Amino acid sequence: MTSALLQLTAPEIVVALAGLLVLVLDLSFLRRASIAVRFGCSVSAACCGCVIALVVLGSMSAAGSLPAGMLVMNPLTQLLQMALLVLSILSLLLVVSARFTTHAGEYCALILFATTAMMLLVSTQNLLIIFISIEFLSLTLYVLTGFDKESRAAAEAALKYFLFGGMSAGILLFGMSLLYGISGSLMLGTIAATVRNSPGDPLLLLAIVMVLAGFGFKIAAAPFHMWAPEVYQGAPTWSAAVVASSSKVASFFALFVVFYLGLMGAAGRWTPLIAIVAVASMIWGNLAAIAQTSVRRLLAYSAIGHAGYMLIALVVHSRQSLVAMVYYVITYALATLGAFAVLSALEGEKVDSIDEFRGLAKRDPGLSFCLLIFLLSLAGIPPLAGFFGKFYVFVSAINSWLWLVLLALAMSVVSFYYYLKILKQAYVSEPIAGAAAIYVPAMTRIVLWGTAALVVILGCLPDLLLSRITVAVDSAFR
Amino acid sequence: MLAWTIYLSFLGAVMVTLMPAKSPVAARATALGTALAGLGIAIAALLSDRSGQLITVVRKPWIPGLGIEYHLAADGISLVLVLLTGIAAVAGILFSWNVERRVKDFFALYLVLIGAVYGVFLSFDLFELFVFYEIAIVPKYFLIAIWGSTRREYAAMKLVLYSFAGSALVLAGLAAAYVVSGERTLNLEALAQFPFPVHFQMWAFPLVFVGFAVLAGMWPFHTWAPTGHAAAPTAASMLLAGVVMKLGAYGCLRVAMMLFPRGLDPWGFRVLGFGSWQQVFAVLALIGIVYGASIALVQKDLKFVVGYSSVSHMGFVLLGLMTLNQIGVSGAVYQMFSHGIIASLLFAVVGRMVYDRTHTRELGELSRIPLARLIPFAAVTFVLAFMASIGLPGFSGFIAELEVLLGSWRAFPLMSCIAGVGILIGIAFSWRALQATFFGESTNMPEQVLPPITMPERLGACLLLASTLALGLYPKLLMDLILPALNGPLFEQLRRSGWR
Repeated sequence: MTSALLQLTAPEIVVALAGLLVLVLDLSFLRRASIAVRFGCSVSAACCGCVIALVVLGSMSAAGSLPAGMLVMNPLTQLLQMALLVLSILSLLLVVSARFTTHAGEYCALILFATTAMMLLVSTQNLLIIFISIEFLSLTLYVLTGFDKESRAAAEAALKYFLFGGMSAGILLFGMSLLYGISGSLMLGTIAATVRNSPGDPLLLLAIVMVLAGFGFKIAAAPFHMWAPEVYQGAPTWSAAVVASSSKVASFFALFVVFYLGLMGAAGRWTPLIAIVAVASMIWGNLAAIAQTSVRRLLAYSAIGHAGYMLIALVVHSRQSLVAMVYYVITYALATLGAFAVLSALEGEKVDSIDEFRGLAKRDPGLSFCLLIFLLSLAGIPPLAGFFGKFYVFVSAINSWLWLVLLALAMSVVSFYYYLKILKQAYVSEPIAGAAAIYVPAMTRIVLWGTAALVVILGCLPDLLLSRITVAVDSAFR
Repeated sequence: MLAWTIYLSFLGAVMVTLMPAKSPVAARATALGTALAGLGIAIAALLSDRSGQLITVVRKPWIPGLGIEYHLAADGISLVLVLLTGIAAVAGILFSWNVERRVKDFFALYLVLIGAVYGVFLSFDLFELFVFYEIAIVPKYFLIAIWGSTRREYAAMKLVLYSFAGSALVLAGLAAAYVVSGERTLNLEALAQFPFPVHFQMWAFPLVFVGFAVLAGMWPFHTWAPTGHAAAPTAASMLLAGVVMKLGAYGCLRVAMMLFPRGLDPWGFRVLGFGSWQQVFAVLALIGIVYGASIALVQKDLKFVVGYSSVSHMGFVLLGLMTLNQIGVSGAVYQMFSHGIIASLLFAVVGRMVYDRTHTRELGELSRIPLARLIPFAAVTFVLAFMASIGLPGFSGFIAELEVLLGSWRAFPLMSCIAGVGILIGIAFSWRALQATFFGESTNMPEQVLPPITMPERLGACLLLASTLALGLYPKLLMDLILPALNGPLFEQLRRSGWR
């Protein structure tokens, strides 16, 4: 048991150890070094940890599990963990140029701990571990959000996030305890059997509603989305990037697993519920985004809209739709991370409102080209990755949920409008007279171009990722 | 070889971006070279294979998991439109020789648009077709919003939102076709053979048809067209009216009608007097013809006159498609080509020759400037262009509109008569615009000196005029391509189900 545990959690252990190492390194050896050195060393150490974890992950035999589904290792979880690690590396590399805090080691360590939590979250089929991972993840994200001690907005956002998060965790836990009460088990597989036998149980319905509400908070689906605009706007850009990208990947996957593996038997009960949440998210997210003047808030509302699209895949709850959702959420996370990378590059200018993107194309063509790629990918314009994700989700849903697809299509037209509003400022408007060239740190540039290249490549050749996901899903859920 | 029209255009866009910023000539020359190469390839392809049958250019698996292929091919109809794109692209660059602001960006976006348009006409995989169709949307926005005139940002946003909304409908139909056929393919050849269930075709056809027809300027979804054309810079409005509107019409024919021909069948009941989608869309096309021409008659802005005339002429394309007989549909394709050339020419004269010199497009003000004396070349071009536009014999417009009228006479005689009225109104607004612009009552204004017509303008105008004349005098040149394509296996279902 112990050896199996150590074996299966090796990548998580590596990442967690790297987090501790970074803490020690920063607190002991780098105490007197300059802030640039401290961030540089912490990030390098953290990235090394992630890379080692990737290598470990790659060399593992991709099958195995602990009793009660506490940890399940299969090609799909392996793929997702890899994606999470890559996303974390990209976010960490951005942090090199962060100067808003002096706690370099703690910041990087927190990102690593968040990564550990996400990796655990995607590789478990046990309610208890799911809850613990979610709480672990949430706690690190609350701290990351409020990390800028000088900023009132960050403190407010973190408090709001924490209060909402605490409440939704309670609801989630209540729902899970009901599931446990009904089935007498924490394992999704056993719960599934009970659910199949009595899908009409009113307690079950209550449990489903509560679990959905708890997860709805994590994925920022309407009407559980209130925290998102505040956090996106108030949190330090680098923290917001983690909240918006990799944490979404893990939460969406966990949500899908809980419903797909555990509650499949009562699918007839929860598909309408999730459809309602999806519709609310798509409509509210996209329409509210139109009215935003702050780019960060706009991204938050667009994230709510995207949550709606991805929930369509859950409504369909087929293997194909799982493939579609995984592809969607990974490419979405990449494009969002890229968008936040652009924001972090503009950090020195305190850019927030859309108007402040005026003439970005003149001031820095490369930066604004990357922004163009990311936003058009989010809008779902081919040949970028976001388009194929949408296409595949729609294909998987069109047979049984035509009206949802039509609504999603209509809303994606709306979303095109507000993304274009930002691009209009960047490309069409002239820069304010006397605006200086933008200084973009070299590492940020590398991340920007790397992410943009990934978005383009995954859009032009979706099969690179898609075939892997398909194979993984097929072998994971036979 | 045809595939290189696409690759060269995209490559040209990259090269233009990499050119040194200081020399606009380099950017222009690169763009022109690329466009000329594209035209050359199109002509070579046209000369090398005159059968009009389907030629496969490239066919490779693209997303094997979904059965999506990278499949470029061309039949007669594609070839005709590729040729049109080549001509319009070259002419557009010649007429934007005077763009000074952000030259590199301008030509790069222009070439991306051209490449995407080539891509749509050559794609024989629906997914790929859609990808190119959407790639074409974004450059349009920036071309209009950055280099445009009158209310450019509004017009650009309106245009792309209409386009995007249309393409959303298309995407829905496309995904549905993929799922319903169950063949795990989006290959046009395969889907064209696939007998979709009739009730599915009944709703998929209007969805996809309307989606594409938005871009073809079908009434009542045409409102993006006049504002967009008027706001766009000359080259962009040439491409918009000349080629991009044809993307929509092409999609209507190639996707909606070819895949879902049974959608045109009678419903078996009548709503408001309509018994089938064929009648609905024919009436909408007819309204477009008459409405566009009537509105053009009262416009004060010369570019709006031409913009609305485009709506009217595109109405002929859609009416031709809805006749569902060989002469009408081939006339529609011919009209796509013909209107592409003529609209480019009109916008070139209005936007480049007149507006860039006089800085006004108001008919009232233009009539006080003796333009015919100041820039006689423009006057002659404009006269010829309007003669072509109203369908005088000898120009391509004559053949095209005659065929559409003949076709629609067979299908719905009454509508044919009304379309004839549309042509008459067309003559009236052309006459009015012509007179006000070039032969206005003369003038007590001090003599102005306008810059002379430049060489690129002359070349561009000659290229376009030569094309419309050649096709007016020798229609066999393209008809030999269009007819075999329409009689080929791809349209077999359409012929079998609806060819009347």
